[in-house]
Amino acid sequence: MKKVIAQTEIDVNEEGYLTDFSQWTKEIGTEIAKEHNIEMTDSHWQVIDWIQEKVNEGVALSIRGIKKSGVIDIKQFYALFPGGPLKVSTKIAGVPKPKSCI
Amino acid sequence: MKNLVILGAGTAGTMMANHLVSKLPKKEWTITIVDQYKTHYYQPGFLFLPFDIYTEKQVKKDGKKFIPRGVNYIQKKIDRILPEENKINLEDDILDYDVLIIATGSKTAPDEVEGMLGDNWYKSIFDFYTYEGALALRNKLREWEGGKLVIHITEMPIKCPVAPLEFAFLADSYFKKKGIRDKVEITYVTPLSGAFTKEKCSKSLGYLLKEKNINLEIDFAIEHVNNDNNKIIDYADKAIDFDLLVTVPTNMGDEVIERSGLGDDLNFVPTHHNTLQSLAHENIFVIGDATNVPASKAGSVAHFQAETLTDNILLYVEGKPLKEEFDGHANCFIETGDNKALLIDFNYEQEPVEGTFPFAGIGPLRLLKESVFNHWGKLAFRWIYWNMLLKGIPIPFVSRNMSLKGKNID
Repeated sequence: MKKVIAQTEIDVNEEGYLTDFSQWTKEIGTEIAKEHNIEMTDSHWQVIDWIQEKVNEGVALSIRGIKKSGVIDIKQFYALFPGGPLKVSTKIAGVPKPKSCI
Repeated sequence: MKNLVILGAGTAGTMMANHLVSKLPKKEWTITIVDQYKTHYYQPGFLFLPFDIYTEKQVKKDGKKFIPRGVNYIQKKIDRILPEENKINLEDDILDYDVLIIATGSKTAPDEVEGMLGDNWYKSIFDFYTYEGALALRNKLREWEGGKLVIHITEMPIKCPVAPLEFAFLADSYFKKKGIRDKVEITYVTPLSGAFTKEKCSKSLGYLLKEKNINLEIDFAIEHVNNDNNKIIDYADKAIDFDLLVTVPTNMGDEVIERSGLGDDLNFVPTHHNTLQSLAHENIFVIGDATNVPASKAGSVAHFQAETLTDNILLYVEGKPLKEEFDGHANCFIETGDNKALLIDFNYEQEPVEGTFPFAGIGPLRLLKESVFNHWGKLAFRWIYWNMLLKGIPIPFVSRNMSLKGKNID
């Protein structure tokens, strides 16, 4: 489905995750963050950069990965993206959230 | 003579031995398979063992029975793979290889979480992903009189990602049959964003937890187990009480992968998603749970991979280009309790959907819908595993690549 955000029309799934990463911009990320009451800072963007890099490399995202990222520790990760940090940060980053097989 | 060595005689390794023994020219190739353990377990049966649905005998057999004649079977510990020298150090021997197949699987690592492997391990904290754990849990459940049952996934990826959910459904049935369901509070705890994370599954199956009165805790990334007051605590300091914790510990590839420097953070070997060749060494191939490919870690996946990998090994030894064929195909029965089950059929790209399988419009199996017939399918699968799957016999009408026939796609 379509959604207009930061004056741009983007394709998202029913939960609001971008389905086409090429449509992603920093402005869109900022607006999605606002929907989750998150005001983006440099620390937030560092995490988003890291997530996009990992997804691009085909590496599955996990809390363990965050722990070893060297970017941030897990407590900080929770503090930056409250309420399920992986599902919130991936949405802001314009990439799919971690999934199981069903 | 040239040497093809298979490391691991589990589901994937045994299937590869059976496929290759009749296909690699005997005059040119010696096939060797190495596994330190004597017993071959039917791992899907570990789900049924705790509920007294299967007996010990039904889930284990002597591994030797499934290794074909013409394949050397070495029962020794593997110390290290030396990929630069094309050698393998065993505990007291050295093997040379021209082609290596890594099928060392995945195992639980409860020591990855602080407190999990503490005083309460196999007293009030159990896993069911090992034979020992499933059996200890069976004995516990036989005498347990109720309380807070917490079913918990530590982190992804895990073998058979639906097994913990099946465990929750079967537990509901089990306690109902025992007449103590009203004394048991069942909670399902996942690090993911839901019990179902894919849209179609979520829509089709969302009713199941409510119907069975199973509580759900999502986004729970465990930090430690508190053994003093029986709680699991996550990184957001959320605490969940339990009287009986059934956990799926972190799953990791074998330590030999780490010792050999061939793995990622979780000791899984970086592997080409479609050819199953290792990314680091062209004469090393990887199959089953040992790979890092984003397919489910499941026997059916290993079965479909084995067919592609057999072709690719033959192409490789002839110096021809490999087929980029494997599509992540998985086909799994999911127990939903009360003698019913679901069937899902999916791959890297296609999420599970409703429909019929294997014949469009006919079935007889229903996709993503509960049915008694699917449950029989799951039970029949044990016979298929021992008598067909391990021997590399193709399953009629089920192709290595996922088919869209019979699937309801929007």
